[in-house]
Amino acid sequence: MAIKIDQSICDGCPDYQEGRCERICPGNLIEKEGEKAEMKRPAECWDCAACVKACPRNAISLYLPEEVGGRGTKLKVQQNKKRSLWIFDREDGSRKVYKTG
Amino acid sequence: MEKKIIKTDLLVIGGGAAGCYAAVTARREDPELKVTVIEKAHIERSGCLAAGINAINAYLNPGETPESYLHYVKNDSYGLVRDDLVYSIGRGLNKVTREVEDWGLKILKDENGNYLKRSSRSIKIEGENFKEILAAKVERSGVQVLNKTAALNYIKKDGRICGAFALNIKEDKFYVIKAKAVICATGGAAGIYEPNNSGQAKHKMWYPPFNTGAGYAMGIRAGAEMTTFEMRFVALRVKDVIAPTGSFAFAGGQQVNEQGEEYLKKYSRITTAMRLYATVRENKEGRGPCYLDLGHLEAEKKEKLAQSLLGMCPGIVLKWEDSQSDLSELKVEIEGTEPYIVGGHCQSGYWIDLDRSTSLPGLFAAGDVAGGSPKKYVTGAFVEGEIAAKSAVKEIAELPQNFLNLNISELITNEYQRVKSVLDKPEGIEAVRLEEKLQQIMENYAGGRTQYYELEASKLKQARSKLKELKNESKMLKAESLRDFLAVQELLERIDVAEVLLEHLLYREETRWPAYQSRVDFSERKKEWRKFVNSRQNPASGEIEIIEREYKSLEEYAAFASRSQEDFYLEYNL
Ligand SMILES: Cc1cc2nc3c(=O)[nH]c(=O)nc-3n(C[C@H](O)[C@H](O)[C@H](O)COP(=O)(O)OP(=O)(O)OC[C@H]3O[C@@H](n4cnc5c(N)ncnc54)[C@H](O)[C@@H]3O)c2cc1C
Ligand code: SF4
Ligand code: SF4
Repeated sequence: MAIKIDQSICDGCPDYQEGRCERICPGNLIEKEGEKAEMKRPAECWDCAACVKACPRNAISLYLPEEVGGRGTKLKVQQNKKRSLWIFDREDGSRKVYKTG
Repeated sequence: MEKKIIKTDLLVIGGGAAGCYAAVTARREDPELKVTVIEKAHIERSGCLAAGINAINAYLNPGETPESYLHYVKNDSYGLVRDDLVYSIGRGLNKVTREVEDWGLKILKDENGNYLKRSSRSIKIEGENFKEILAAKVERSGVQVLNKTAALNYIKKDGRICGAFALNIKEDKFYVIKAKAVICATGGAAGIYEPNNSGQAKHKMWYPPFNTGAGYAMGIRAGAEMTTFEMRFVALRVKDVIAPTGSFAFAGGQQVNEQGEEYLKKYSRITTAMRLYATVRENKEGRGPCYLDLGHLEAEKKEKLAQSLLGMCPGIVLKWEDSQSDLSELKVEIEGTEPYIVGGHCQSGYWIDLDRSTSLPGLFAAGDVAGGSPKKYVTGAFVEGEIAAKSAVKEIAELPQNFLNLNISELITNEYQRVKSVLDKPEGIEAVRLEEKLQQIMENYAGGRTQYYELEASKLKQARSKLKELKNESKMLKAESLRDFLAVQELLERIDVAEVLLEHLLYREETRWPAYQSRVDFSERKKEWRKFVNSRQNPASGEIEIIEREYKSLEEYAAFASRSQEDFYLEYNL
């Protein structure tokens, strides 16, 4: 599993018919259970980060699975029309931010 | 599961690069036309472009021409391509690039306002949101889009393709879509071989794991002629995160082995296949692992490289940040991927005409699903989408008004029942179990990565019989929900593609493309094999029949065409 949905932040996208993440995932891997989004097929994630960018509440982060040497750093992306902020939060509390666009 | 019957003029299957471009073109050609796109995911972020891309890999920079593009592609493919198709793509590459720039794609420019070259045939872009741009244009063009709707099979009536059956997995709907013409643009196929990574990382692959060869499989089942499946595509990628190597190579990276030797220097003719083959050989002969060595990287350059990779493959930057590598001496380990079947990099796919019609009346193909023209990439997919749409629009105009009054109730019942029976099964096998089996068979007996991509007849024949057993077992597949059914359907698609692939691999008794198609029992390239291996599944017997087609040069195509090639380009505005 390479994304993590923080259930305490997810509000289920009440303004939309379906969760933004579940709508956008190119593999149809996320589904809403009640009010919250759930990663239903964790092993099938392509790590494209589409859901990470689409979540209006920034509840989703991308991380590297252990199988490919992941150590727990999480990536979140904040996007507006003009630019994207790519925020990497490491386990030790340090942070690196890239700006694009 | 509700049944819903709809009618449209043009049905586009797959809302990726080729499909979006085709739909927009069709509406522009005839603003009255009803155009419907069905997309298994959501067109804003589906297919190859979901994460974004950072270059246009096929563009003619000053000094390049359609002829020089053909020359390059043909040389890189060891002399065997469809000259007419490749050339036609060369005619359209720059035009479609300007067009998508108009739609909002950001192309990087130099101080004089010229596109920033990455190489003689590629330019740099900021394409993180490329797919969103295409989707927005589709919407502005008045195209009907059915998202979360996966095509299952074509509707074939009296030999003609007249639409498709599809499933909307969110709304629990079984769609019957009748159409006057159909364009197939479902992309290529991943997941036929064992992937590079396992467990929770098994889908950390290069090609989208969600492109499962639906269009190939639907065509195979309907008896379409397919070409060159044996030219598998194996990408050379950064280990673990399977990031593309292009960004590193163009940043000046050299391929070196464990001893630091630039091993490509041992070979005289460096093609795309050769870069991979040489790497595989270094590994096999104990001189691996191999790396792309960028040497010393200044901080600014390092930051730029990371930024350009974020909009295409965020995983590699995540890896760097995760391991806190300082990147000042950047050396990334590279390896070959699982073999993919993909007509946009290699040339497996529908056997098509210059106008992108397939061998089945009413059906056109474009992009990764269409065969005969390697290295067309995203812009080539656009050009093909444009040509296919223009051809389809012409054909539709000639059909009688009442064309869609088809009686297909029996076909509908059969397909509906097929889906129902998988859903109703009280017990059976889950798709993922047979998927692993399929991948093991192909990996071990049909030249997977761990077998150094090597092929030989005796093993291929074993694969053939094991696959037959697997196909039998697949009758036991069950699904609890429509989403699970999609997984079953995708597995069936991969099995159909694998079956055809095996026949092609067995038939070509030479080695034409190093690593992509390396026969240890026929290790030489032979003149007499400069011909196409095509196939068609006999609808009556289910047997896959091989058809040989001769190679023709561009001049020969021109001489034999019923109209002059230039007339074609004039008519298609290319
Ligand atoms: C990771 C990656 C990076 C790339 N980078 C570059 C680059 O930098 N430059 C470049 O020029 N090219 C690049 N390419 C190549 C380029 O993206 C492809 O050649 C191009 O997208 C192919 O277009 P397509 O329409 O055939 O396939 P896709 O764009 O993949 O579209 C296929 C669509 O069909 C849908 N589909 C599949 N099955 C069904 C079904 N049963 N029913 C309905 N819909 C279905 C899929 O969801 C998808 O949306 C890259 C490709 C990949 C995979
Ligand atoms: S990263 Fe991509 S594939 Fe993975 S869950 Fe998110 S949208 Fe789906
Ligand atoms: S997009 Fe974010 S807030 Fe909306 S359902 Fe998904 S995780 Fe929850």
